[in-house]
Amino acid sequence: MADDKSNAAAYWKANLRLIIGCMIVWALVSYGFGILLRPLLSGIPIGGTDLGFWFAQQGSILTFIGLIFFYAWRMNRIDRKFGLGE
Amino acid sequence: MSQFAINLLFVGASFALYIGIAIWARAGSTKEFYVAGGGVHPITNGMATAADWMSAASFISMAGLIAAGGYSASTFLMGWTGGYVILAMLLAPYLRKFGKFTVPDFIGDRFYSRTARVIAVVCLIVASVTYVIGQMTGAGVAFSRFLEVPSNVGIWIAAAIVFLYAVFGGMKGITYTQVAQYVVLIVAYTIPAVFIALQLTGNPIPMFGMFSTHTESGIPLLQKLDDVVRALGFQDYTGDASSKLNMLLLTLSLMIGTAGLPHVIIRFFTVPKVADARWSAGWALVFIALLYLTAPAVASMARLNLMTTIYPEMSGQVESYDAAANNPIFYEDRPEWIRSWEETGLITFTDKNNDGRIQFYNDANPDFADTEATRGWAGNELVVNNDIMVLANPEIANLPPWVIGLIAAGGIAAALSTAAGLLLAISSAISHDLIKKTINPAITEKGEMRAARISMGGAILLATYLGLNPPGFAAQTVALAFGIAAATLFPVLMMGIFSTRMNSAGAVAGMLAGLVTTLLYLFTYLGWFFIPGTNMLANTPENWLFGISPLGFGPVGALANFAVAFVVSRLTAPPPLEIQQLVESVRYPKGAGLAVDH
Repeated sequence: MADDKSNAAAYWKANLRLIIGCMIVWALVSYGFGILLRPLLSGIPIGGTDLGFWFAQQGSILTFIGLIFFYAWRMNRIDRKFGLGE
Repeated sequence: MSQFAINLLFVGASFALYIGIAIWARAGSTKEFYVAGGGVHPITNGMATAADWMSAASFISMAGLIAAGGYSASTFLMGWTGGYVILAMLLAPYLRKFGKFTVPDFIGDRFYSRTARVIAVVCLIVASVTYVIGQMTGAGVAFSRFLEVPSNVGIWIAAAIVFLYAVFGGMKGITYTQVAQYVVLIVAYTIPAVFIALQLTGNPIPMFGMFSTHTESGIPLLQKLDDVVRALGFQDYTGDASSKLNMLLLTLSLMIGTAGLPHVIIRFFTVPKVADARWSAGWALVFIALLYLTAPAVASMARLNLMTTIYPEMSGQVESYDAAANNPIFYEDRPEWIRSWEETGLITFTDKNNDGRIQFYNDANPDFADTEATRGWAGNELVVNNDIMVLANPEIANLPPWVIGLIAAGGIAAALSTAAGLLLAISSAISHDLIKKTINPAITEKGEMRAARISMGGAILLATYLGLNPPGFAAQTVALAFGIAAATLFPVLMMGIFSTRMNSAGAVAGMLAGLVTTLLYLFTYLGWFFIPGTNMLANTPENWLFGISPLGFGPVGALANFAVAFVVSRLTAPPPLEIQQLVESVRYPKGAGLAVDH
């Protein structure tokens, strides 16, 4: 039982770590590049405007898709590693 | 064939398809009615979720909002997609593991509290009812524009169609009609966009065309658009936002609101396994992105098209924008599509300086007053409703009549698919959480089925009535529905999963704190119960608390919820052991297949 418990706790910790990593990227591309840090990116031109505009209108959405699939894929491996999958 | 006949053919064919699905997908049990039997493939569910999510507002209004707002309106693009990341990582897999039928079901069981369940039901109903009114009126507008029936009749027809598949099929019928509706709406949205991208940039993929060279002028499309709108006193299309704080808060409100909206969450109860819920969120966002990546392209291209239609000399290589601005088209020479939209009242023209030409510019810009006087302009003469940007796209681009028929079917599909999802969330909260779990726990399976169908019928009638007589809050979907979902449901769901220590007193106090602060803030600026004229402070940036717009208040309400819940839960006893074990169990995927048969 104790082993089960520590195994489960380790699983949850691994999940939380992965979530935090993904959420940092999530915030960085939308609130960061798309909104607050846009002035810093104004020097990088892209199709008649700057990189911040691209992140706000397309880049963030594309990153979100990548993040969810990355999370789903990594969690599947974590599920198996800890023997807690279905 | 006349345009009317073509529209009728497209809309009629799509309706026949939905009714066919309704007959095939009848629900035989409450499990089928609430969660489509729990066996929907993750990709199928992703597609249904996309249709469930993309409303009349996404289809008809969003591109127009972006066309008018430029960069600042990116809020809607990020806000209405970023919530899926939160959903995939913080909510959907665990709620799927919990394996119940509704969102208040989780809140009621996890917080072992009837009060918590009932508050959740109330929040769900307020958010979903506000949301569904917009779908009914949206369907009404689409009917009246394309099928020449009064919008009242349109609303009744829409209600009848939804009634057929939602009352008999429940979630099962809704799931498969949503898949069909997704296909209709995405094809309808993409085809005109591809043609316009080709015409303006030579690139057939709108999302790339937007960032490529404008063929006629030889400069990048967005730069061209900035030049044109600047010459007419408008803010640069790609120019920065006036308040980054509000842009950030509104985006955050839309994201956590999306994650907390019950009609979206319950879609993830329909997949077989926890891992499927994660994948399904990814697929949902892929299908949503097909429209959301095209929308900003439609927005910028339609805006440029509109401007160069009025000022033809601005379209090519321009030596002097000032000279080009002096030669807008004569009202007499306006194109056919302007004439047909004038009939609907969505475009209006008044010749203020009596020169017979259409002066279309920003007359509210004080820095532009000198130019205005020099040019002899007496005010903006053309008022264009934002919604036209998508609906008139095919006409502006001279596309064949069948494309217009497709847009009609697409707009109605977007409205119906979202309406059905919302109605299911409302009716299952009533029949399952109020009747089965609160009022009459002894009700039989058959009795609950009947209750579910009657609630669905009642919810449709209510939505129809409110669509015909929109109350003051009908226009407040973003403030009210997203604000409440963000400030009440989202935090309490998250705490229920991520904190074993959170107890019923904390959850109830937190939800009430989020609800009350958000409603009070909205009522202060938008009027008590949104009745015009009853607001205590004018809704202007100078009056806002710390400059926070009422639209972006959701995250502040969520913060109040988290803070109050934390403090109250620490001051009261921890939850019973079996609840702590329940929280542990939702965290691990093992055994979700069984959990659904409760």
